[in-house]
Amino acid sequence: MKDENILNMTALEVARAIRSGDITSPQATEAVLSAIEEKDGELNGYIRVFGDRAIARASEVQKQIERGALDYPLAGVPYAIKDNICTEGIPTTCGSKMLENFIPPYSATVVHDLERAGAVSVGKLNLDEFCMGSTSETSFFGPVKNPWDTTRVPGGSSGGAAASVAARMSFYAYGSDTGGSIRQPCSYCGVSGIKPTYGSVSRFGLIAYASSLDQIGPIGRDMLDCAAALNQIIGKDPADQTTIDTVPIDLSAASEFSGKGLRIGVPEDFFAEGIDPEVEAAVRKAVHVFSELGASVTSFRLPIARYAIPTYYIIACAEACSNLSRYDGIKYGYRSQNAKSLSDIYVMSRSEGFGLEVKRRIMLGNYVLSSGFYDAYYKKALQSKALIRKAFDEAFVKYDLILGPTAPSTAPRIGESLSDPLRMYLSDVYTVLPNIVGLPSASIPCGFDRNNMPVGLQMIGPYRSEQTMVGAACLFQRSTAYHLRFPEKRGEDA
Amino acid sequence: MIEYEAVIGLEVHVELSTESKIFCACPTAFGGAPNTHVCAICSGMPGTLPALNREVLRYAIRAGLATNCEITRDGKFDRKNYFYPDLPKAYQISQLYLPVCRNGRIEIGEGKNKKTIGIHEMHIEEDAGKLVHDPEGNCTLVDYNRCGIPLIEIVSKPDFRSADEVTDYLERLKTTLQYIGVSDCKMQEGSMRADINLSVRPVGREELGTRTEMKNMASLKAISRAIEAETKRQISRISAGKPIKQQTRRWDDDKGVSFSMRSKEDAHDYKYFPEPDLLPLRVSDGMIEEIRREIPELREARRARYIKELGLPEYDADILTSSFPLVRIFERTAGICGNAKEASNWIMTDLLKLLKDEQVAPEDMHFPEDSLGKIIRMTSEGVINRSVGRRVLTELFGSDTDPITYVKDNGLAMVSDQSVIETAVDRAIRENEKAVADYLCGNPKSLQFLIGQAMRHLRGKGDPQSVQKILFEHLEKRR
Repeated sequence: MKDENILNMTALEVARAIRSGDITSPQATEAVLSAIEEKDGELNGYIRVFGDRAIARASEVQKQIERGALDYPLAGVPYAIKDNICTEGIPTTCGSKMLENFIPPYSATVVHDLERAGAVSVGKLNLDEFCMGSTSETSFFGPVKNPWDTTRVPGGSSGGAAASVAARMSFYAYGSDTGGSIRQPCSYCGVSGIKPTYGSVSRFGLIAYASSLDQIGPIGRDMLDCAAALNQIIGKDPADQTTIDTVPIDLSAASEFSGKGLRIGVPEDFFAEGIDPEVEAAVRKAVHVFSELGASVTSFRLPIARYAIPTYYIIACAEACSNLSRYDGIKYGYRSQNAKSLSDIYVMSRSEGFGLEVKRRIMLGNYVLSSGFYDAYYKKALQSKALIRKAFDEAFVKYDLILGPTAPSTAPRIGESLSDPLRMYLSDVYTVLPNIVGLPSASIPCGFDRNNMPVGLQMIGPYRSEQTMVGAACLFQRSTAYHLRFPEKRGEDA
Repeated sequence: MIEYEAVIGLEVHVELSTESKIFCACPTAFGGAPNTHVCAICSGMPGTLPALNREVLRYAIRAGLATNCEITRDGKFDRKNYFYPDLPKAYQISQLYLPVCRNGRIEIGEGKNKKTIGIHEMHIEEDAGKLVHDPEGNCTLVDYNRCGIPLIEIVSKPDFRSADEVTDYLERLKTTLQYIGVSDCKMQEGSMRADINLSVRPVGREELGTRTEMKNMASLKAISRAIEAETKRQISRISAGKPIKQQTRRWDDDKGVSFSMRSKEDAHDYKYFPEPDLLPLRVSDGMIEEIRREIPELREARRARYIKELGLPEYDADILTSSFPLVRIFERTAGICGNAKEASNWIMTDLLKLLKDEQVAPEDMHFPEDSLGKIIRMTSEGVINRSVGRRVLTELFGSDTDPITYVKDNGLAMVSDQSVIETAVDRAIRENEKAVADYLCGNPKSLQFLIGQAMRHLRGKGDPQSVQKILFEHLEKRR
């Protein structure tokens, strides 16, 4: 089979082709590696690519599959992982100068899970520095470019992951989502992704940005791939006591999901000022598809949404300033060569090792936690979090799923957002809510704007409602073709 | 002249003696080459998470129950943020808002000097590493072995008025914590450390003066000296009309003076906030009751029982209950030999002397708990005589060898075979004609001498009563 044909398959199709002997894992891996070779010079989605190492791993997995020792649904399929997830013996940089040469002495729990499942890692993906950004421009290793239009950003912070899937440089990928870092780049790059219920996936080995919000999740070409990818990494982990017992998603049930009786709520607050009319039109059209498929669709008010951004940035920055304090130049990571005293080591290493956005959020976090300000900011944010939880609890009495836009606009041009951080923060307005209260959420492609840039539909469900959410998304994808388009075929109708 | 009094409060850090650290599986053992009891978690590697060792919570609750505290049902952990090279995450996981125990008390003093010291709270936290200043390398090294050792910090109310009260409290706290097995409380190894908050005020005044804090005091003697010196320093400043600055001071025990480390103005803002990586702590009634049942009889109750029920002298009861290792060996010994007074006598005279001679603290004693009981039983059953018993104790102290096996293997069992004893007595009489003559002339001391000689021929193993009887008979025949 030709590389091109292999690359056009979904991850589940590749897995089936490997199982049936039509192709081999090394073949699929070679195909991905040559796509990376061809495109990544421009897109910059990868920080590190495992060439020979990936092929060797694929050969080993292939042998196990042939022996019948591996029958996991995605065994042998190459994937890539965001570079904030620790891989033993392989640098894990978080896109920062601070960790440019950091080699973890251990692997994340999800990395062990993936090894057991016979997954083949082809490399580590670019991201905003420490996930702080919504455009993947703040990486020390340079900005990632959107495969649909390389003058535009791919979104962030899992921009490398979304771009690699969109550009066929990986079959599926894992990112992390703290306030939209999986869903928003999926929206900008026209791919699918899930931010699972908080606690479904172990965070052990995920370099923390904001511990109470971070969650690892999959990005794929369609929702079924995402579900299969998510199933590989869920489960309680004694090393992460915030994990919960989770039931795997039943893929065949998801493929037969019916829209009849599905109750969908659409918060009108998500279409208030600031939303691009083309995005609004695409999302409303997608919602209409659901009602045509038998779902009941109701508009409702979610006024608490206006507190989403301040609540998120207070909690995220507070936790981040503490989580990032360990980068002190003492044990590992960047240490300033000019330091002459202990205080110099701290101040100079951190001043030189962190980028602008990271420093901004560390300062914000320190400010909101300082004595005298704690009650006015952090405590208020916790109160607001309780109100947001209450509002969602009430909404989910009436609705099975909440639908809306993933982001207010399609991908902006490179450089536009850096000059105006507040505007960048506002692009997370819809995605931060599920993180604040730990709800599962997904983004799937639902249209294109006049510049042929993808638009994403965000789904939010109650706790542990991944089965329903994936089912509904698969139903949508069986009825539409937005997810089948990819950058090389631009211009064709969906 | 105005009379002043000191008002003192203590913050005592106690390392819990759980097998593994508070948030990872590393051992808590003291010592060990630098950075050998360390993993990715306790060295704060990026991406690692803490996983609470549930034993730590149980130990802390046990300590709280033994000091009459209220136990917090819904607790949580908080982060205390500050930069220091011995703190690899740059924050310490501690408890600010909802400490595990609150409102406890410990009684100190005797008779009419009895006094209650309030415990404000007790919270769980992780220990930091240790900085080692390398004079040769002209640099500072860091050892993370201690990182993540579980600690409880016991914060007293400002109820102390003198150094004696403070040392009394610390002794009692130490004994209690050792009794309940939550810590070995070895000050010299740093498993018990105290910070002292001290202010002075004119006697009779309600309001408190400005306080200073002295950190990490590591011996009772140093604490006592530091309190006395700081009280004097503050009184002389106030008497001279000078203000007391709120500051942290370092006590130099060699020089006998304290120095200012930092003042209130450079105090840290620790930016506490709830720890997001750990779940809230839920403590059920069932759990508390279960832990309460694990608490052994504490010192005061045990001491009274020893006097009343076992009939031990007060002094003996006092010594035996002074440390839990002694209690354990006493009760085990009494159980095996079936005679509490006999067990007490052997411990008070022979065992304590051995501990003193070898300069071993009771908690460091290496001696199977059964051994002494077996030795005493062998003497009461006439297997060995008392002096052989003493010899066996001395020879086996510090070893795992079983005394019964030892007696057998070394042929130490008492000789009561008539003919063997007669041979020995004959020889003693034959070789000591003068003593025999003295005896017959009415010198009773000679009898003792002759018994000693016969015993020597029996290599000390003769049944003393038989020896005496046979000797007496043989001597009388000579009259």
